[in-house]
Amino acid sequence: MARMKFACDAERCIECNGCVTACKNEHEVPWGVNRRRVVTLNDGVPGEKSISVACMHCSDAPCMAVCPVNCFYRTDEGVVLHDKDVCIGCGYCSYACPFGAPQFPAAGTFGVRGKMDKCTFCAGGPEANGSQAEFEKYGRNRLSEGKLPACAEMCSTKALLAGDGDVVADIFRTRVVQRGKGAEVWGWGTAYGSKKAGQAPEGAKS
Amino acid sequence: MMTTVLRIIGVVAVVGLAACGEKPQTLGAGKTDVSPYQGGESAFATPGWKAGDKTSWEQAMKARALNTQNEYNRTR
Repeated sequence: MARMKFACDAERCIECNGCVTACKNEHEVPWGVNRRRVVTLNDGVPGEKSISVACMHCSDAPCMAVCPVNCFYRTDEGVVLHDKDVCIGCGYCSYACPFGAPQFPAAGTFGVRGKMDKCTFCAGGPEANGSQAEFEKYGRNRLSEGKLPACAEMCSTKALLAGDGDVVADIFRTRVVQRGKGAEVWGWGTAYGSKKAGQAPEGAKS
Repeated sequence: MMTTVLRIIGVVAVVGLAACGEKPQTLGAGKTDVSPYQGGESAFATPGWKAGDKTSWEQAMKARALNTQNEYNRTR
């Protein structure tokens, strides 16, 4: 198996926020914390584009590099997770992440900041798979139930894809061939590496 | 001469034993996580794969991804 990856098809995303709602409901994420968000560029202008953004589970994750207490780890499936028992809520990961994935609850152990919370690719955390302790800290562990992330499975237009990187790439390739356009996936190069990683496409406004 | 050697041995022993008293300072990654293919305590696991069998889990995940996310499979 390759590594678990997300990809959002900007040609299909209709900014319905179904993925955001699915995530919040599945994991009972507290008020003020959004593990996933929908970002729209040129909102209201004809030709606007939306993408659903969360932790991209980077191959070379900046959050892991800057964490002073080494609370992050990567699973064999390529999912970047963290240990909330170790996190000190410093916020370095928040500054390092190019996707704004790390979130900090307003009510937590450290007052206004709290321990970091982020998308887990529905893979829970270091606690026992599917246990109550894991659910309370990290939310549902759908991978251990044989399921894919709730956000992608709930996506009505199938703009948001999740799963084994090879399978996701196959699905996306089929689409591009069928419709004959839209080969670029925003964020892919930044998270997973490419010659143009982090560079805006030509003609982009922002 | 003998006294000096004994003193050196004593200092080395004290320094060595002091190191044995240090607590481990490993953090974060020292904790291990169980792979999802091992299954879990949830009663809502999908059928079609066996907990602990990595290959069957991978096949089930691949089939689920293709069946639920690639509508071209269904419209063919």
